Amino acid sequence: MKFRIYRYDPEKDAKPYYQDYDVALAPTDRMLLDALMRLKAQDDSLAFRRSCREGVCGSDAMNINGKNGLACITNLKDVKEPVELRPLPGLPVVRDLIVDMSPFFKQYHSIKPYLVNDTPPPEKERLQSPEDREELNGLYECILCACCTTACPSFWWNPDKFVGPAGLLNAYRFIADSRDQDLEARLDNLDDPYRLFRCYTIMNCTDVCPKGLNPALAIGKIKGLMVKRAV
Amino acid sequence: MSLEGRSVAAAASLPMRRFDAVIVGAGGAGMRASLQLAEAGLSVAVLSKVFPTRSHTVAAQGGIGASLGNMSEDHWLWHMYDTVKGSDWLGDQDAIEYMCRQAPRVVYELEHFGMPFDRNADGTIYQRPFGGHSANFGDKPVQRACAAADRTGHAMLHTLYQRNVRARTQFFVEWMALDLVRNADGEVLGVVAYEMETGDVWILQSKVTVLATGGAGRIFAASTNAFINTGDGLGMVARAGIPLEDMEFWQFHPTGVAGAGVLITEGVRGEGGILLNANGERFMERYAPNLKDLASRDVVSRSMDQEIKEGRGVGEHKDHLLLKLDHLGPEVIMKRLPSIREIAIKFANVDPIREPIPVVPTIHYQMGGIPTNIHGQVVVPRDGHHNTPVPGLYAVGECACVSVHGANRLGTNSLLDLLVFGHSAGGHIVAQNYPAQAHRDLPRDAGDAPRARLARLDAATSGESVPEIANTLRKVMQSHCGVFRNQELLAEGVSKVMAIAEQVAHTAIKDKSKVFNTARVEALELDNLIETAKATVVSAEARHESRGAQARSDYPERNDADWLKHTLWYRDGNRLDYKPVNLKPISVDSFPPKARTY
Repeated sequence: MKFRIYRYDPEKDAKPYYQDYDVALAPTDRMLLDALMRLKAQDDSLAFRRSCREGVCGSDAMNINGKNGLACITNLKDVKEPVELRPLPGLPVVRDLIVDMSPFFKQYHSIKPYLVNDTPPPEKERLQSPEDREELNGLYECILCACCTTACPSFWWNPDKFVGPAGLLNAYRFIADSRDQDLEARLDNLDDPYRLFRCYTIMNCTDVCPKGLNPALAIGKIKGLMVKRAV
Repeated sequence: MSLEGRSVAAAASLPMRRFDAVIVGAGGAGMRASLQLAEAGLSVAVLSKVFPTRSHTVAAQGGIGASLGNMSEDHWLWHMYDTVKGSDWLGDQDAIEYMCRQAPRVVYELEHFGMPFDRNADGTIYQRPFGGHSANFGDKPVQRACAAADRTGHAMLHTLYQRNVRARTQFFVEWMALDLVRNADGEVLGVVAYEMETGDVWILQSKVTVLATGGAGRIFAASTNAFINTGDGLGMVARAGIPLEDMEFWQFHPTGVAGAGVLITEGVRGEGGILLNANGERFMERYAPNLKDLASRDVVSRSMDQEIKEGRGVGEHKDHLLLKLDHLGPEVIMKRLPSIREIAIKFANVDPIREPIPVVPTIHYQMGGIPTNIHGQVVVPRDGHHNTPVPGLYAVGECACVSVHGANRLGTNSLLDLLVFGHSAGGHIVAQNYPAQAHRDLPRDAGDAPRARLARLDAATSGESVPEIANTLRKVMQSHCGVFRNQELLAEGVSKVMAIAEQVAHTAIKDKSKVFNTARVEALELDNLIETAKATVVSAEARHESRGAQARSDYPERNDADWLKHTLWYRDGNRLDYKPVNLKPISVDSFPPKARTY
């Protein structure tokens, strides 16, 4: 199978380039990550992140034939040859397919990604109705792979100011939690022309999410809450 | 990185930073411990090869065992009985009592942290049935597994990370610990660590070091484990002269996706899924008439292997079995097992709403590990005592052996183990008041050994290929140390693994770049895989009995007279030692060994 892969090692390359590979696959190779592992056995200098190989850790996000996705759950049957692999767009490249995720995590950390509830906890669990718990579905499953955020043109333009779809999805995960008591502060934290309102509903986020989540919907709900409290 | 506190260790001439505590590993156990230390105001550095939420805890699916009694009556003593029986009496009953009694507390605490557990109509945490969980000492199944759909580990790991963000824990992301720093008195004074992005080697000096590096399932070819599970903590302690305990005991999870190895939670059977052979027979009724498909994992895996051996396997090569769950209906599958459906569709080409999933027993969990007590302190035999703490060293989670899992772990006790012992180690460390103590002097040779390993790799222009040797090792372990073992297989396995160990010392990598050199990381991981494999196969060969996950066709019975004891493997000369199992709980009567049926 043929591949065309973005290569860059700052220690020896003046600038990035594409390298063509042709790799013989075994019948058991099913996913793009299987092919990448085979490539790496051939050329140990090819650098990429990987861990769980089942789509739950979020390590191997990359740009696959122009669209962000996880290599470990991208079936080789579904990709056109030569498969062009690039690092996630919009983040500094460390080496080859490895990007510097710090701008992404900085935005995630900026939304206070933890439950705030200052009342002393009961001896047992805080109660939550199944309906209230249901509100978290489609939110808590985020794996922080950054496919969505790095597919968003608003994030490309303002990575330091716009929270981005993953951060906003997680902001709504806590807003939507019946146990959280920090609604006003959470909205204040996002009430800004850049942090929230740079989302122009381009919907790339929802289109690429490998877990089938809908950050655009979550962002819409936060905007709705902003409007509601303004009137 | 801030330069504050940065100095050069004159003896070692490596850059150095100082902390009260260094934690190696940011999975469930490491982050439960770090939370406690950070909240108590200790300066703590948490090292992780991957961003914390990518640690392998994230892949746990089914639940956390705790006798909350939300679904029907339950009691920690019943949980304790199930765990002792599940362990085939090799578990230490003081540690098991401690864990089962603490279980409700750590689960409630996790809920207070924000864990999105599924809920019952009354608002309490939803609990599902699981393998080997029973009410009234084996009487009937009980719902004890606290679940967040089939993503419990993911929800738990993210919740712990979030809580650590709140506590401002300092993470060193994509740092790999290479070796412990120990002085002549055996005190542990920190770690030598490798920063992947820059290729720099540092000494992180500490007053206390906690290993939370997880399992090493990557020593086997067919494994549910992530690529990062390479037994780094095990290799570090083995090289430091500390023994590894009960390494012959590896759990085969009954339901890995055939061919792919990806885990299908026992929660599927908990929710009512059943295993079928080629004749469409629910064969577990024959092997475990009471709990059937929900018998302990070692029992179900052996039964499956037996079915395959006797020609009742499914598929072209009759090499797997079927997990049927379509009868649960789409609603239950979509609500309780959504990720399982996703995995089955992606990795097995079947939609479990309509068709069964092809499954096969797959390596999943390491019951043995670094010997510890219930405070998480690493313990070794010394001066006639079996369990003398190593000053300054703790281990928690899958890399540790307390031992609560003995010869076979009960499903859902792994996440529980992380929480309970992460918490107890954290508490014990806080109580030592380390901030008031001074750092001890580093030995002159601190960092020499790992630097020599790196220098050899950098200098080697030709040699053995790292991925090839690792694959050979995995194949040898799979065929010589699998579900069924015997003397001939194991003896051959030992000599093959020792031959591979020779090759490991002569690897070469082509990539010499300093920047994010993943080939170098894989070579360093291989140093840890090989120690884990040696410990496993040598310990397995020596144990002449069948107990829990160790099933020997030449010694088919459990032999309490000779083998009711823990194995201790030392790297130096593959030496073996043994220590007694603690059959005495803390406050209740002992559960004496008896025949194990389900």
